[in-house]
Amino acid sequence: MKTVTLTVKQVPELYLECENITPDTFAGKKADEIAQLPAYQGKEDTTLGEYFTIAGEAGATAAETQIILKGDCSKMKYIGIKMTGGEVIVNSSTDMYTGGWMKGGKLVVKGDVHSFCGLGMEGGEFLIEGNAGNYLGASYRGDWRGMQGGIIRVKGNVGSDVCTFMNGGELIVEGNADVHIATHAEGGRIVIKGDVNRRVGGQMVKGEVIVFGKIGLMMPGFKYTKDVDLEVDGTKAKFAEYTGDLGERHPKRKGEPVYGKIFLKK
Amino acid sequence: MSEYLIKNGHIFDPVQGIKGDKKDIAVKDGKIVETSVLSSSAKQIDAKGKSVMAGALEIHAHVAGPKVNLGRWYRPEDKLFDSHKKPGMTRIEGGKSIPTVFKTGYEYARMGYTFAMEAAMPPLYARHVHEEIHDTPIIDEAALPVFGNNWFMLEYLKNHEIENNAAYVAWTLNQTKGYGIKIVNPGGTEAWAWGLNCLTVNDPVPYFDITPAEIITGLIETNEYLGLPHSIHIHGNDLGNPGNYNVTLDTLKLVEGYKAKNNFGRKQVMHATHVQFHAYGGDNWGNFESKAKEIMDYVNQEKSITIDTGNVTLDETTTMTADGPFEHHLGGLNHLKWANVDVELETAAGVVPYIYSPNITVCGIQWAIGLELALYAKDPMRCFITTDHPNAGPFTRYPRVIKWLMSKKARDAQIKAFKYSDKVVAATNIASMDREITLYELAAMTRAGPAASLGLGKDYGGLKPGMNADIAIYNINPDKMPSDPEEIEKAFSGVAYLFKDGKICVKDGTVIDNGNKRTFWVDVKVKPNKQVAHDVKEKFLKYYSLNEANYPVPDDYAPHPYVIAVDASQ
Amino acid sequence: MPKVVTDVTCPFCGTLCDDLEVTVSDDNKKVLSVRNACAIGAEKFNHTSLPGRVTRPRMRQPDGTFKEISYDEAIDWTANMLVKSKKTLMYGWASTSCQAMSVGHEIAEKVGGVVDNCATVCHGSSLIAIQDVGIPSCTLGEVKNRADRVIFWGCNPAHAHPRHMSRYSIFPRGFFTVKGHKGRKIYCIDCRYTDTARCADEFIQVQQGYDYELLNAFRTAARGEALPDTIGGVPKEKIYKIVAELKEGRFGVIFFGMGLTHTLGRNHNIDIAISLTRDMNDFTKFSIIAMRGHWNVTGSGQVLSWQYGFPYAVDLSRRTKARYQTGETTSVDLLVRNEVEACFNIATDPGAHFPIDSVISMSKKPTVTVDPHINMSTEISDIHIPVAMVGVETGGCAYRMDNVPIETRKVVDAPDGMLTDVELLTRINARVDQLMGAQ
Repeated sequence: MKTVTLTVKQVPELYLECENITPDTFAGKKADEIAQLPAYQGKEDTTLGEYFTIAGEAGATAAETQIILKGDCSKMKYIGIKMTGGEVIVNSSTDMYTGGWMKGGKLVVKGDVHSFCGLGMEGGEFLIEGNAGNYLGASYRGDWRGMQGGIIRVKGNVGSDVCTFMNGGELIVEGNADVHIATHAEGGRIVIKGDVNRRVGGQMVKGEVIVFGKIGLMMPGFKYTKDVDLEVDGTKAKFAEYTGDLGERHPKRKGEPVYGKIFLKK
Repeated sequence: MSEYLIKNGHIFDPVQGIKGDKKDIAVKDGKIVETSVLSSSAKQIDAKGKSVMAGALEIHAHVAGPKVNLGRWYRPEDKLFDSHKKPGMTRIEGGKSIPTVFKTGYEYARMGYTFAMEAAMPPLYARHVHEEIHDTPIIDEAALPVFGNNWFMLEYLKNHEIENNAAYVAWTLNQTKGYGIKIVNPGGTEAWAWGLNCLTVNDPVPYFDITPAEIITGLIETNEYLGLPHSIHIHGNDLGNPGNYNVTLDTLKLVEGYKAKNNFGRKQVMHATHVQFHAYGGDNWGNFESKAKEIMDYVNQEKSITIDTGNVTLDETTTMTADGPFEHHLGGLNHLKWANVDVELETAAGVVPYIYSPNITVCGIQWAIGLELALYAKDPMRCFITTDHPNAGPFTRYPRVIKWLMSKKARDAQIKAFKYSDKVVAATNIASMDREITLYELAAMTRAGPAASLGLGKDYGGLKPGMNADIAIYNINPDKMPSDPEEIEKAFSGVAYLFKDGKICVKDGTVIDNGNKRTFWVDVKVKPNKQVAHDVKEKFLKYYSLNEANYPVPDDYAPHPYVIAVDASQ
Repeated sequence: MPKVVTDVTCPFCGTLCDDLEVTVSDDNKKVLSVRNACAIGAEKFNHTSLPGRVTRPRMRQPDGTFKEISYDEAIDWTANMLVKSKKTLMYGWASTSCQAMSVGHEIAEKVGGVVDNCATVCHGSSLIAIQDVGIPSCTLGEVKNRADRVIFWGCNPAHAHPRHMSRYSIFPRGFFTVKGHKGRKIYCIDCRYTDTARCADEFIQVQQGYDYELLNAFRTAARGEALPDTIGGVPKEKIYKIVAELKEGRFGVIFFGMGLTHTLGRNHNIDIAISLTRDMNDFTKFSIIAMRGHWNVTGSGQVLSWQYGFPYAVDLSRRTKARYQTGETTSVDLLVRNEVEACFNIATDPGAHFPIDSVISMSKKPTVTVDPHINMSTEISDIHIPVAMVGVETGGCAYRMDNVPIETRKVVDAPDGMLTDVELLTRINARVDQLMGAQ
């Protein structure tokens, strides 16, 4: 793997649109070519070189490219979007759409991420060492195809609208979550080790949400079925299983409806 | 005004019977003229090795109005990563299956179209349709108000009051600046206001107690009584359901005994639209099969019918139609977001996204049916190419549809690419059909035919001197037809030149001028009718939710009108 | 002799009543009286002759006072601001005509603006919900002619849309509803007993912030499944009873407002109400309608949609594409995050309606406000440009809450020399062209 290091030399006045900071766009390029790549702030067309000092060179392909970002990137949007391979490591917080539509590779943010991150994720690994804002791993507005695959891990807390319209993949949150977790989900798995405010699995068709802490209020459409023993992310424990959302439609397999499930640790 | 001499092009003009001969075409003051009329300052356009046709006419697409716009804004994902600005005199364009108005105008023009008919205008929302038409660049447009579920019509035709119905239709065309009589799921959409439907031509409409057959024949009589430029334009009952071809034949047969009466050269008394959706056999999705042959056997021998195909393009698209109950049914099948609007006294609309996947047998069969209709057509002047945009696919796929029609090799490649191609072949006739549509037939199916059907054949759809200078020049050489069918699709995707009213609006696929688009509408004069005036006043007072004085579309919504006057006052 | 203008459309709320009769003075300058309007609508017309009405642009001075300037100066300053700014918020539009919006969008596309309208703090939540699950709906005349089950959920038309109940939803006798309100069952679901509840047959008090759970319970009940004893303070027996009554109706409709759009979950509340409506269509005919606020916020949504594909929060700042994301391209977020450099307000009052943090942010940026009257936004702007009142002093197209387009009329002349929105925006557009051409 070859490494490109970008160090922030100027904080943008507004927010910098960095859709070109991905292993796919950098692949095959040297530092000076990377510096010429476009970046945007509103109608101002600028380059990455105006806002970052760039050292190193990219690999021949995305998979062979590692990008390291140093300095304060909390006003940089779109870092790592649509990446198919390689690595991106950000040493600060980032703004919106980080890792959006990610297909592969590894993305690490050593700080918080803002909203709409990991939108429509299809594959790869996304590690967030701080907190995440809202709409983590959700679908784009109006799209019934949300997160399809890949894994997102958050060390801190997440906000609301987590994994809306989830179809596949996995989210693991070490901290707490706010409201509207897995709304409209049709697949996938969410693990929350802390507490959830409320509205877990609203209008859920299929999928799994596992909560280690408390849920403020269980949706009326979920009913308790039984206790189960599960091993989740390396921990074995007893959980109460709830099926639902009974107010929603469900597909059938062999004549029997397939429900979504919430597992609440006892 | 500008003069042009288009030199050495291969002309395809069914109006004059020119089948690819090299001829020069002269343009002056927005019209096609004899070459001898031009002065020496005429600009020369080199069309050597290129095909020249009249500008194409889109006879049925959903491009302007409330349900189209609902489709746009309720599908932001249709624009995700698909909003852009192309080189030329353009605004921002976007939308894969439901383009914004700017994209609509530009893309039609880039493909050589100069006219589009908005397929269904709810009269109560006519102002909205005209606002969008006004904002759509380059192409001329018109809109068909819907009548098939209208309360006035249901009451008049129950008592077979043709003269009253005709006066009401004339009033509506005038109020809405409409072009003709559109019928969608006759009776069934009024039934849908109670959650019901009319699935055959004999199912009576709840409360109004009139059948779809009576509605259709009553409107044929109304249309011919008025002598409108177009015939009735009908989306028949039972759209989209396996086995519906019987209902379609029942619908088509209603023309028997009627003759076209008009001063526009129109010969048909019925235009049946997107027939692909109505040519289904079997009785469930498992034994679903093509009945295109059975439909075309009838259409071929019944000369008072024109049809358009409604070709499936195998894309993710958005269905939208005034067939409200069908959309509810579709939403129940694919569980995607269903939007519906019932319109007081008049009609309804429904919108549901749909994915025609090549991995699904049913979609492959639908694809085949659309193409079979055109390949079985004996008279290309009576069978037009559409995708019922965006229902069977976006209109931007016309070049692909043309490729399939013109190249068996391309069709075979697509059949092979289906996941269950054996099943598709077994349920259809497409694999055994060798016919390849010629450029001349294509000109009939996309230009001369639709123009004649719309009553515009005198000035549009051909290249005869005297006609309007709407001309498309394509980079396709009939003497050196490409062996790779992809080249056909490429050639029809971007014209070398598009002339609109004698002005070059598109060059090499780039918009260079927005031209002078016009709104076409039909102004019918009838005898003053006291009964209808009374009924209109009463219904506005008691049942409509707005005042009669606020119903009509003011002139400034169609600032560049092309008004076709019809005198039916006898 | 005073004259009476009939069939006038009221430019106040989304009910867009079009049966007003306005008596104007002989010289066409003064509104003398208004018939058929509600109190709020009548006041709108009376505003034409409000004393102290500003008729020329005014510019804030360093000492905080305002000084009158000419339209030309105001236009030049505005155009310069738009051309210089990297990203400008162009907010409002809900009280002007569709024709004016079109010109405004042309400007935004050129200068890199974000065009947003009042849905951003109002029914934007509803629009998002519709983008996720669609909407079974109908025109208001269908309600009048067919509805026998009417639900007001989280809205109070008695106060916010005063003639709604008499024109469409409770009292009118329509074609299939000859008994008027006696043939309808009216339900009001709210966290407090409102004046609308007074007109209802049944009032259900829901704990504030529990509408999503309650709607989930309605859906669960409709599918014949078991429920907990109470949901949001409502006993399950009541829910089963109401669901059964709704299923027995012929045509049901849900009207909803800020009670759903602005409580916990926002768009999810409407989303699940729409899902309930969709479920009910398996049993009978059901529709749902949003009680839109401003008289032409719907129109702004329509024009933005046919031109760019999105109903509000349309980010044109890259000038080569249109983008949309509630939470990112919406006005409050742009202001609070300082993601815009300048503000252009027209035909609404963000100073009054927006959260205070965003108003403070706006006050620190170059800001122009276009409005017939002095309002909270004008007082934090650098320039206030007054224009003719649309729907009173100039006409133009508007869209009702059910998307029906109705023309507004001119009934009196604007004060001498005042520009309309269309005229002002056209001149700003031309000045922008000049400045950008010179660059």
